[in-house]
Amino acid sequence: MIEAKSLCKSYGHFKAVDDLSFQVESGQVLGFLGPNGAGKSTTMKMLTGFLAPTSGTALINGVDVVESSVAARKNIGYLPEGAPSYGEMTVKQFLTFVARARLIEKSDVPASVDSAIIKLNLSGVKHQAIETLSKGFKRRVGLAQAIIHDPQILILDEPTDGLDPNQKREVRGLIRAMAEDKIIIISTHILEEVAAVCNRVMIIAEGRLLADDSPQGLIARSRYHNAVSLVVETPEKVASTLGVLPQVGKVEIREGELTLFPTGETGLLEAVTAAISENQWRVSALRLEAGRMDEVFHNITCTEASA
Amino acid sequence: MNGAINVMQRELTGYFETPVAYVFLIIFLAMTGIFTFYLGNFYERGFADLDSFFRFHPWLYLFLVPAISMRLWAEERRSGTIELLLTLPLTTRQAVLGKFLAAWLFIGLALVLTLPMWFTVNYLGSPDNGVILAAYLGSWLMAGGFLAIGSCMSALTRNQVVAFILSIVVCFLFLLSGLPMVMNLFNGWAPQIVLDGIASLSFLQHFADITKGVIDLRDLVYFALVITFWLLANVLILDIKKAD
Repeated sequence: MIEAKSLCKSYGHFKAVDDLSFQVESGQVLGFLGPNGAGKSTTMKMLTGFLAPTSGTALINGVDVVESSVAARKNIGYLPEGAPSYGEMTVKQFLTFVARARLIEKSDVPASVDSAIIKLNLSGVKHQAIETLSKGFKRRVGLAQAIIHDPQILILDEPTDGLDPNQKREVRGLIRAMAEDKIIIISTHILEEVAAVCNRVMIIAEGRLLADDSPQGLIARSRYHNAVSLVVETPEKVASTLGVLPQVGKVEIREGELTLFPTGETGLLEAVTAAISENQWRVSALRLEAGRMDEVFHNITCTEASA
Repeated sequence: MNGAINVMQRELTGYFETPVAYVFLIIFLAMTGIFTFYLGNFYERGFADLDSFFRFHPWLYLFLVPAISMRLWAEERRSGTIELLLTLPLTTRQAVLGKFLAAWLFIGLALVLTLPMWFTVNYLGSPDNGVILAAYLGSWLMAGGFLAIGSCMSALTRNQVVAFILSIVVCFLFLLSGLPMVMNLFNGWAPQIVLDGIASLSFLQHFADITKGVIDLRDLVYFALVITFWLLANVLILDIKKAD
C-alpha cells in the first residue's frame, strides 16, 4: 500500500507539488492525469525516493521514503520518464545489472533476467546494445528492468509516450496483465490511456489534486453523459420537434449533427427512437454518448486550477 | 559493499563496450612513451631508473584523468540514467564509490600495461626495484586523487566539457599548490599556518616523496584523505542536486 501524506515539493517560490495526500491499495491501477508540468513526474520521483520532498512524506508498505529511502525502494519497480538505460550495454547485461542491484539472490539472477526477457518479448534482441534498438524496444527494456524483481508496486512515468499505436496497445496489455495483485501508478497526458488501463484516476494540475475518481465516474461528469446525438437531413426541423419532449433539455446543432442533452427524466434514447419511427425521419447516425473525457479534463484543469 | 561492487562491474563493462577504454589506453601508453624517451631522455641520462618515466605522470594525469572522470556523473545526468541508478536500492555512497573504483581500477590497468618499461630498465641495468614499486603505488594513489576531484566536478553538471574543464582547473590548483604561482596568491596576507597548509596540499610534493622510494605513512594518509574528502563532497552534491 502507498500512503502519501501532504507531499510538497517547491523549487524556490515555485510549488511543483502542493500538499498532495492519497492512498493506493493493492489491485488498483492509478492514473496520474494532468497537463505537462502538472507535478506528476515530481510526485513519482518523491514516491521512488529520487527526490526528497520539501515537506510531507510517503509510506511504501509502511516504510517511510524519507527516513528509510533505500528500504522503501526495495518494494518498487520504477520506469523513469523516457525509459533511460545504459545504451552501451546489451539488453542482457543491463538487466543482469539491475537484477543484482535489486538484491535478487545471486543464483536466481539469470532466471529473473530470462523471465523478464520473455515477458517483454525481448528474446530476439537480448544480445544487442540497447542504443541500437528502436524506441519501442527501448521502452520494453525499461519495463523489463522495472518488473525484474517482481515488485509489489510499479511506478511507470509515461510508459507509452512516443510509441506507435500498436506498441501502445501492447504496453497497455502488459500493464493490465500485471495489475491483478499489484499497485500500479502510471502517469500520462493521454486521455484514452486512462480509460484503457486504469481503474482509478487522479487529475493533477499545478501540483494540486483536482479530482480522484474512477474513469467511469469522471466520464459521468461530462455534460455529454447520456446525451443522444443523431445525424438527419433536416436537423433544424427535427430539433424543434424533439425539443418539446420532456426528456430533452438543451439541444445543440453542430456541423449537421444534432445533440440532445438529457433532463432529469430517464429514457431519452427510447423517446428519441420512438419519435424517429413515428415521423419516419431518415437518420444516418444515432448514438448514446458515454461522455467526453477531453471535456471533463478541460473543465477540471482549466476552471478549478485557476479558481 | 555489494551494491558498490555491482555498480563498479557495470561501469567497467561500460568502458570496454565503448571505444573510451581503448582510446584512453593507447593514448596513455603512447604519451608515457613519448615523454619518457624524448622529454625525459631515458637513454641519455645513463641511469637505470624510471625517474624520467614517473616525472611526467602528474602532467599526463592532469589531462587524461579528467577525460575519464568527466563522464562519470555528467553522462548519467544527460541521459537520465541517474534517476534509474539512484532509485535502485543502493545508497548514494555506494553508487559514488562503485563508479570511482571502476575508474581507478581502469587507470590501474593502464599503469600495469606500462610494465614493459620496468622490464626494459631491468634488462638495461640493475635499478632499485623497491623504488620503482613505490613510485607505481604513488602514481596510482595520485591518479586516485585526481579522479576523486574529477568525479566530484562531474556531478556538478550535465555537460561533459564543463566537467572536464572544471576538473582540470581544480586538479591544477592541487597539483601546484606548493609552487610560487599558487603561493603568490596567498603570500603577504594569509597567516603562515594557512600558507603551510596550502603548501602541504601539493600533489607534486607528496608524489615526489613517494617516488624517492620512501613510503611515508603521511603521504599515504594524505592521498587517502584527498580521495575521501572529494568523494564525500561528490555524495553531498548528488544528494542536494539530484535532478537538474
